[in-house]
Amino acid sequence: MADVTAAPLTTADGRPLKAALAEAQSRARRRAFLLVAPLLAFVVLTFIIPIGQMLDRSFHHDGFSANAPATLEWFDANPAGTAPDEAAFAALAADMKAMKENKTAGEAGTRVNYTLPETRSLITKTARNADDLAPPFKEAFLAIDDRWDDAAVWQAMRSSASAYTADFYLSALDMERAEDGSIRRVEENGRIYIYLFVKTFVVSAVITVTCLLLAFPVAHLLATLPMAKANLLMILVLLPFWTSLLVRTTSWIVLLQGEGVINEFLVALGVISADGRLKMIYNQTGTIIVMTHVLLPFMILPLYSVMRVIPPSYARAARSLGATSWTTFRRIYLPQTLPGIGAGSLLVFILAVGYFITPALVGGADGQLISNLIDFHMKNSNWSMAAALSAMLLAGVLVLYWLYDRLIGIDNLKLG
Amino acid sequence: MAEKSQNDAFVVFDHVQKSYDGVSLVVKDLNLSIAKGEFLTMLGPSGSGKTTCLMMLAGFETATNGEILLDGRPINQVPPHKRGIGMVFQNYALFPHMTVGENLSFPLEVRGMGKSEREAKIMRALDMVQMGKFANRRPAQLSGGQQQRIALARALVFDPKLVLMDEPLGALDKQLREHMQFEIKHLHESLGITVVYVTHDQGEALTMSDRIAVFNDGRIQQLAPPSDLYERPDNSFVAQFIGENNRLEGTVEEIKGGRALVRLNTGELIDATPVNVSSTGQKTLVSIRPERVEFKPDLLPPDAHMIEAEVIEVIYMGDLFRTVLKVAGHDDFVIKSRNTLGQRVLTPGEKIQIGWAPADARALDPI
Repeated sequence: MADVTAAPLTTADGRPLKAALAEAQSRARRRAFLLVAPLLAFVVLTFIIPIGQMLDRSFHHDGFSANAPATLEWFDANPAGTAPDEAAFAALAADMKAMKENKTAGEAGTRVNYTLPETRSLITKTARNADDLAPPFKEAFLAIDDRWDDAAVWQAMRSSASAYTADFYLSALDMERAEDGSIRRVEENGRIYIYLFVKTFVVSAVITVTCLLLAFPVAHLLATLPMAKANLLMILVLLPFWTSLLVRTTSWIVLLQGEGVINEFLVALGVISADGRLKMIYNQTGTIIVMTHVLLPFMILPLYSVMRVIPPSYARAARSLGATSWTTFRRIYLPQTLPGIGAGSLLVFILAVGYFITPALVGGADGQLISNLIDFHMKNSNWSMAAALSAMLLAGVLVLYWLYDRLIGIDNLKLG
Repeated sequence: MAEKSQNDAFVVFDHVQKSYDGVSLVVKDLNLSIAKGEFLTMLGPSGSGKTTCLMMLAGFETATNGEILLDGRPINQVPPHKRGIGMVFQNYALFPHMTVGENLSFPLEVRGMGKSEREAKIMRALDMVQMGKFANRRPAQLSGGQQQRIALARALVFDPKLVLMDEPLGALDKQLREHMQFEIKHLHESLGITVVYVTHDQGEALTMSDRIAVFNDGRIQQLAPPSDLYERPDNSFVAQFIGENNRLEGTVEEIKGGRALVRLNTGELIDATPVNVSSTGQKTLVSIRPERVEFKPDLLPPDAHMIEAEVIEVIYMGDLFRTVLKVAGHDDFVIKSRNTLGQRVLTPGEKIQIGWAPADARALDPI
């Protein structure tokens, strides 16, 4: 054996076998690459580049650092916590004049505003009046706005001095920088992001579990019915896919609202009183009900594709070996549907975590999820904050994906 | 006979009927008793009702009418898991998410057996099929033949008195199939279990069984030991279905002393044994096995009738010659002669005389 492997194999005309093989296959490989090249280009252009940009925006913003070079110099020369002296105000005044000339005060203000709210208006207002800035600069600044005496404003500008910053992530984690540069949690009533993240994941988990409980029997029925009936049922399952999401959501509003079909029916039956109508929409309950309905097919389809190929002989074998129907289900059938359960759950969960339209329409105040907040920041041109939140959401989903791979194995996933 | 075996029968089908759609019967009035320790094969073409019978016995289908008894106890209302019947499935149905050992452990676990006892039984069952080293493998890592053995071991591990096998060797190649036939046969003998075996392969049925029930059209056409079935078929269907068979159509001319003279439609006169015919003038189909036809007159009884045949084709098959003849207007008459030293090899176009012993030609019902 050893002397066989010692000399590398060659072809009949003496070329190394590996080289000959690579050459023989290179043409086929080039053709295969050309076939996927358009898709590759499309994915790179429309997916990888935008995501890269988004990630970049979440920690890179040179609005202030590019437009306030003199102030930056002063920050470099003086350690954090130094009270701004006349030189500092002089440098800032020079930058303000330049900003006014170049109309870049807005950009700079936006950047500082991420770190300390309401500083955008302060900076734009000062830049607008930059012509009034004359020595002694400190007094001139204070004449425009007395907040220039506030150490927090200077700390905010100092942390905006670098184009690269983790500030957006800090905010997304409900944290901020103190005046001395240390990191602390924001005040109790200002903590919204972590709460929303947790809520988003919890609501998504609830939706996933509800979908699984509802989809499992349906998928099983689909898989065991004769083909003609199964196809008919499958159309019913897919019907929601062909209906506009808005129509579906609106019909849920018709069903669930205070004066809606279900409440009217229950009142008519006398189950609930007219003033005791159930509040089933414009709250978290509404979000869960409607999103479960919207995402149900994504659970049914992978389950069905897995169940369809489980031969009925397994269950029969288990029964003939002495297992009750419950044991057969638990020990034979259920384990074999795991790839479908995993795929469906992962799919539904990931879609639910990022879902936006449904919570926006039926979520009311407490049914809003993190994606609604991302939307809010985007509407307010707060792109970096939206990017940071999205990146954290992406990271959360990737962690879950990794966990799934560790626990169940990604090659056990069957999407269809 | 039916009455006598009814008393010591282990499995009894008593006037069992089965319909799936309420319009037609898949199994029509089945009466069958299987003795303890017997190897009974249900043989028949697909759709003949044999698998339905097996499924009713296993409990996966319910009889529409009639009673099935197991060890004297009616089992129509007993669910499959309480019947204690081992079963080997066509595609083995080994649980893919369990190892071989876990597969075998499953029937013992659901019976609440202790761990040490389970392990001893699993090892014994695996050794029985020579798979002792494979307990930790997954079914997917085994070859078809190995999976077959494991399926067999799993059906036997909990010591069932009755084992059902639904075409268990159908997916194996020919050589392995023949080998497994003998192994199953030997296991049956050494364990003393009762086996009900379903197949559409007549060779398998003939090799393995104590008795064979030939199914067609929802009925048992003949229930007999293999040699009877092959040599003395009761009707045309059985004669056609088991082994190769030559058919000659004609009319009974005379029945005398357990021997019938049949005038073929083309005018020749041949000898036969009357089976399904009783009077002269009846239409009949005479069936003769290819290996019982002779073309050397000195090997035939002195008073046997001979008829003329023309050789169409001679096929060399190693151990024998298969010769196709034109006889009485049919050009699909086959004879088989052993490839012995000095055997006379026929040549196409040659005209010969053929004949047979009257006992080998059976005058059956016309189709």
